[in-house]
Amino acid sequence: MAGFLFLFRGGLMHNEEEGSPEAMQQHMVKWQHWIADMTRKEIYVAGEPLHDTGKFVSSGGVVSDGPFPEAKEMVAGYIAINVATMDEATEVAKDCPIYEYDGVVEVREILAETSEAVEQAVEQELAVS
Amino acid sequence: MTPDLQAGPATKSPGGTATDQLVDHFFRHESAKLVALLTRVFGLHHLDLAEDVVQSAMLQALETWKFKGPPKDPAAWVYRVARNRALDVLRRRSTADKYAPDVAWLEAARGQGQPLDELVLDTEVHDSQLRMIFACCDRELPPASQIALALKILCGFSVAEIARALLVSESSVKKRLYRAKQQLTARPNAFDVPDGDALADRLDSVHNVLYLLFNEGYNSQHPDELIRRDLCEEAVRLCHQLSEHAVCCSPATRALMALMLLHAARFDARLDSDGGILLLEDQDRARWQRPLIAKGLAYLDASAEGDTLTHYHLEAGIAAQHCLAPSFDRTDWPAILGLYDQLLRIHPSPVGELNRAIVVAQIDGPQAGIEAIENAASLRHLGHYHLLDATLGELHLRSGNCDRARAYFESASSKTRSLSERRLLVRKVHACNVPAILAG
Repeated sequence: MAGFLFLFRGGLMHNEEEGSPEAMQQHMVKWQHWIADMTRKEIYVAGEPLHDTGKFVSSGGVVSDGPFPEAKEMVAGYIAINVATMDEATEVAKDCPIYEYDGVVEVREILAETSEAVEQAVEQELAVS
Repeated sequence: MTPDLQAGPATKSPGGTATDQLVDHFFRHESAKLVALLTRVFGLHHLDLAEDVVQSAMLQALETWKFKGPPKDPAAWVYRVARNRALDVLRRRSTADKYAPDVAWLEAARGQGQPLDELVLDTEVHDSQLRMIFACCDRELPPASQIALALKILCGFSVAEIARALLVSESSVKKRLYRAKQQLTARPNAFDVPDGDALADRLDSVHNVLYLLFNEGYNSQHPDELIRRDLCEEAVRLCHQLSEHAVCCSPATRALMALMLLHAARFDARLDSDGGILLLEDQDRARWQRPLIAKGLAYLDASAEGDTLTHYHLEAGIAAQHCLAPSFDRTDWPAILGLYDQLLRIHPSPVGELNRAIVVAQIDGPQAGIEAIENAASLRHLGHYHLLDATLGELHLRSGNCDRARAYFESASSKTRSLSERRLLVRKVHACNVPAILAG
């Protein structure tokens, strides 16, 4: 098993019609279905939304407010899942409801080598030498 | 709880991780509640502002809950966000000092560290919703505007959804809403809950709007059954709110509630598996929802109080007779005829006359029904009404006048927009042809 991160960009409802309460309801229910599905498969780890503003901090303690990308390019939230391969992760991402509102999902593998894996690698190298 | 009109077991969506489920129409109903609540703060003249604040709070809820499901108490969550946004708006605007008292009111509530649920007491929510119901159902507004306004403000429908529900263009909905809001905001007492004689008067007008809203769903020629059911559910929900209020729970309110429930109980049975209309005669009575009928009958019982007799009482009484009949053949037609006679005395209407004639035909045969229609002066102005033609077609068919029956069915079919009605009428036209074929 490996950790994967879904980064969500865009997919926001904008005008009044897109965001009618009933449209929100229907969209929300789809997200709940999607998350429930991942939960049932025991691959859902966690998910959080991100605030739509933030700061940039660079060397010398310089803190700045921008430049901000457009709303559709901002990361709106993330979900972490546990699956074996990148292919599996992208298959899961295909079912995300975000595309209904022009959002995209970036799928990234979390590089977290376990100490066990490191030990194995070291042993292999020692064996070769 | 508002009686649930959904057929069969509720189909709730499986939810997120450790999250509670969102109830059906959560966003719609919470929006309506919040708009009412905030309108108390902003004043009716800033209805648009309240709507904007609520819209953005709802969007924030959606954006926050997407990735991990809704919180334990979603309603409290949106209240909190909406209140904070309202405060932001008020503070920004209070430089003009216009809202100073409102800011003080909200700030005070917060300053004393009052928890949110104390700020928005249930009674306060009910009260503000009630005010909103009275404001939207103002008889100074044309009925079409009242319905549009009720759907927008009381039910949380968008302009496009209202247009779809009422089969009118979006621009005409916008116009109606715009004018209605202008008229409302110009009336100083529009947002009060009336008392004394004024209450009875205004309550009449509220009943009328809810009745129209229900009929819009129940009897409209709308092709989409889901929308129709939505309208009926909303009317029942609002009427239920009235009935929960000590002062508004009049005999007429209860009778209206009974009327809606006794009709709603038969909603599903009216259609066959292909979405075709089933006449009362052909309906599978096992599909009638007994729990709704029981609730409706209980409201009808409770409505028999004092000496008030409204047309809602009589219409509910008629619906009850149908619901209680074990079969079509064993319906107590004379009792129903008596109720129609009473109904037409206090509330004359062409549709009532037509229905009465159908009952007469059940008792004294189709020819008597046709005569009843011909003798009813009010029905002569109902030439555009497809059900008049459909009824005449049916009665002539039963009397054996196939040619006249066919002509009436064809005329009725050309006057309805509803696909399922048209399908039924075409079936009827074919039925007229059968005897001709046999004869030939």
